[in-house]
Amino acid sequence: MAILSKEEAQAILKKVLSYSKAESCEVSLNGSNGGNIRYARNAVSTAGQINVMSLSVNSTFGKKTGSASINEFDDASLKKVVSRAEELAMLAPENPEFMPLLGAQTFPESATFNATTAAMTPDTRAEMVGKSLSIAKAAGLDAAGFLENSTRFNSVMNSKGLFAYNKSSNVSFSVTIRNKEGTGSGYVEQDFNDLNKMDVLALSKIAASKATGSAGAKAIEPGKYTVILEPLAASDILSNMFRGFDARSADEGRSFMSKKGGGTRLGEQLFSQNVNIYSDPMNPELPSATWSGDGLTLKKTQWVEKGIVKNLSYSRFWAEKKGVEPIPFSRSIVIEGGTQSLQDLIKSTEKGILVTRFWYIRSVDPQTLLLTGLTRDGTFYIENGEIKFPIKNFRFNESPIIMLNNVEALGKPVRTGSGMIPPMKIKDFTFSSLSDAI
Amino acid sequence: MRRRDFLYTASLGVGATMLPSLDTFGRLITVEEALTPIDVKLKKQMADVALNSAKSKGASYADVRIGRYLNQVVATRDSRVENVANSESYGIGVRVLANGSWGFAATNNMDNDSIAKTAELAVAIAKGNSKLMSDPVQLAPQKGYGEVSWKTPLETNAFEVPIPQKIDLLLNVNSEALKGGAKYVNSSIFMVNEQKYFASTDGSYVDQDIHRIWPNFTVTKIDAASGKFETRNALSSPMGMGYEYLTPKEEEKIKGGPVTMYKKRYDMFEDVKEATIHVSEKLKAKPITAGKYDLVLDPSHLFLTIHESVGHPTELDRVLGYEANFAGTSFLTLDKWESKKFNFGSDQVDIIADKMEVGSLGAVGYDDEGVKCGKWDIIKKGILVNYQTIRDQAHILGLKESQGCCYADSWDSIQFQRMPNVSLAPDNTELTAADMVKDVERGIYMFGRNSYSIDQQRYNFQFSAQLAYEIKDGKIVGMFKDAAYQSNTQEFWNACVKRCGKNDYRLGGTFSDGKGQPSQASAVSHGSATTRFNGVKVINTGSKLG
Repeated sequence: MAILSKEEAQAILKKVLSYSKAESCEVSLNGSNGGNIRYARNAVSTAGQINVMSLSVNSTFGKKTGSASINEFDDASLKKVVSRAEELAMLAPENPEFMPLLGAQTFPESATFNATTAAMTPDTRAEMVGKSLSIAKAAGLDAAGFLENSTRFNSVMNSKGLFAYNKSSNVSFSVTIRNKEGTGSGYVEQDFNDLNKMDVLALSKIAASKATGSAGAKAIEPGKYTVILEPLAASDILSNMFRGFDARSADEGRSFMSKKGGGTRLGEQLFSQNVNIYSDPMNPELPSATWSGDGLTLKKTQWVEKGIVKNLSYSRFWAEKKGVEPIPFSRSIVIEGGTQSLQDLIKSTEKGILVTRFWYIRSVDPQTLLLTGLTRDGTFYIENGEIKFPIKNFRFNESPIIMLNNVEALGKPVRTGSGMIPPMKIKDFTFSSLSDAI
Repeated sequence: MRRRDFLYTASLGVGATMLPSLDTFGRLITVEEALTPIDVKLKKQMADVALNSAKSKGASYADVRIGRYLNQVVATRDSRVENVANSESYGIGVRVLANGSWGFAATNNMDNDSIAKTAELAVAIAKGNSKLMSDPVQLAPQKGYGEVSWKTPLETNAFEVPIPQKIDLLLNVNSEALKGGAKYVNSSIFMVNEQKYFASTDGSYVDQDIHRIWPNFTVTKIDAASGKFETRNALSSPMGMGYEYLTPKEEEKIKGGPVTMYKKRYDMFEDVKEATIHVSEKLKAKPITAGKYDLVLDPSHLFLTIHESVGHPTELDRVLGYEANFAGTSFLTLDKWESKKFNFGSDQVDIIADKMEVGSLGAVGYDDEGVKCGKWDIIKKGILVNYQTIRDQAHILGLKESQGCCYADSWDSIQFQRMPNVSLAPDNTELTAADMVKDVERGIYMFGRNSYSIDQQRYNFQFSAQLAYEIKDGKIVGMFKDAAYQSNTQEFWNACVKRCGKNDYRLGGTFSDGKGQPSQASAVSHGSATTRFNGVKVINTGSKLG
């Protein structure tokens, strides 16, 4: 019974707050219920189901906060967790960055819950995996994949009157299909709130086709190339950049968003004119909760407009220090694109490289956000608007900041791991060496 | 996983309790509670409820892990305490074999009815999955040990050390860095105690008390004129030890080189003083010219190269394809092992797997499927001779028993093959680091981990260090910046020309090796002495934004 309704969660939170003797108190109650199934070598390897619920209390006297949590919900346990948090608060050092709790807020209903996804069972998962395996087996290929679904609720209430609740469901699927000789490999991944959108057959067919198409890869010289990044590849490399949209680390001089001589690069033209990035929790393709970790309402926020940095996120503490409004960062990132498909981008390319995905991306220089990593699971040479042949994987050394200054075209955004991301055509992308990995 | 990256951003500077979709359910507890273990009789009784329920529903084998995972973190920034937290995650996971297939279920509701139903659910999942199974699981035989126990050998349980003492140490460390001109300094101590109880239908009831500790800091300086910043992290290592690791001992220090290094006792205060000087040197260091260099690699750096290029490709589950969809496969295919002559490295390269090494992160008495731990060769005189296996893989190598490499990072995670401590043996001589440096004409002496990346079959890698000293004609002459080496695993290990003796042997390690779906973290150590590699490709990673 890990998934409580809004009313059930509210009743428990109210009861816990009624036990509080602290100057201010914040209580959160979270639960999740989910399962997964993993397969490899064309057979299921592991599968499981996990069910958890937990309640946390933050009690504050002055600027001293104590926290305690519990996973038992009888009255005596609830009283105990509150008094424990209060005892710890008395002993805690003062937190100079403590912010007083927010009062009641109005949060819009999110669209993160889907009943079909929440109703998934071990049998539903096994049946979906069976479909994916049927594609690999029929083509004489080997599949390894992972399917996971979860339903969770998050709720919080504080002594100043704030109450927030969100219920969400998610299903995610990924599969790597390889040929028996180990000379070709293809990959897809996808997640949705709504199970009905998940087509494991179609996705597995894409992975199988890449496994066959990437066999017999040729080595070409490393260097600077025009690349077409599939949305997943673009998302892999850009997710590292979004972490830097934080005002505090920029103000402190230790981020690529820091300005020489002090301050941030807010308002500067940091990217090509065709780069527009925003977040919107109500985006129907990529819904998220409508409240943030600071207890603020998540709203549609423009981060980059025509290549200019329009906003950085400010925590409540940093916003007060800087005399600005706090801006929470959102999980629902959208990079605007056009209407062109991946195929259209390939067609318009005289010479270039198509990248399915990147792997093992690590920061090399945080100052310029120079990253290194490798291509994986299907890299192809393009000539005169057509895929000519598969090529061996490359290591790259490139910064997403430089990459977004070299954007030639953006296609139609699709939901990928980190947001709504378009396929991208980027010039002068730097590959530094070859890899034998398949 | 990527979604969590965004969460990470969203949580900057805020309390975690209001975070939607936070994936941890560890509960926060007092130190006194952390020091009170669960009665072993109660654990046995709960385990028997699960085992009996699984057997009655048709499981041919079942194991139960009752886990109580305690973490304590003390974190500071500049002159203030950022976070002090004790957390506990407690629950039960039941794994069963039914109709030849695995099933798993877990709960943190610890009443008997809930435990029995969890075991029942695991059996139902196994039976459901068996429809998609072509070959039934073959489990290597394992004798039951009866009621046994194991504990990390330690002098001082870190959880018993008062928190104010830890705060004092860290704030003193920070104060020293700020005095030396640091703009920012973060420091922390992370302590882990895994109280794990394992029971199986083989007749084992294993109670283990495992401790780990990881002190760390980052010193940052900013050059206002250029807007450049540089950092230096601690050259400590996470260890399978108690708080005694933080009590310095002169005989555990290695001095005489450009950096003071530490064996099984760490002097955080001394290291931060040196780090603060190093950051200034890094800001003024000379950019490296790309080309071939001889590398002298300190164990504080080399451990990660061993981890990525030797530890991972010799994991049998990767070799077989079980990790193909996430961590990847391996270039060390079975035919290379079967040939008994695959030239992984030079004759200097002896790689040993050891699940018992005292002070290491991976040391335990028994693994997470009830197998007593041991030690074995993986690479001998440069030749691949073995892998890392668990019970359902042993038959593939013709082994009659598992090598004890099974691990789960929590009671609610499914145990699977994880890396034991994998180490490069030291030389049988008294060679020192000075002997590695003295005949290098053009080289780099590297300390500490920094950027690291390797492909999914473990051929092509790129590593950089916290500190890279220029060696010219046998002498250390200054510091390089923007140096990273790029190589191929087999080529690199064949370039290994000499190693220091056992007096220089030290452990490095990581708390967070990631593998599996859902992803699980594991802590593992890698030992080595300072080692030399000749003629390795080095690139300049300097870049500029427009």
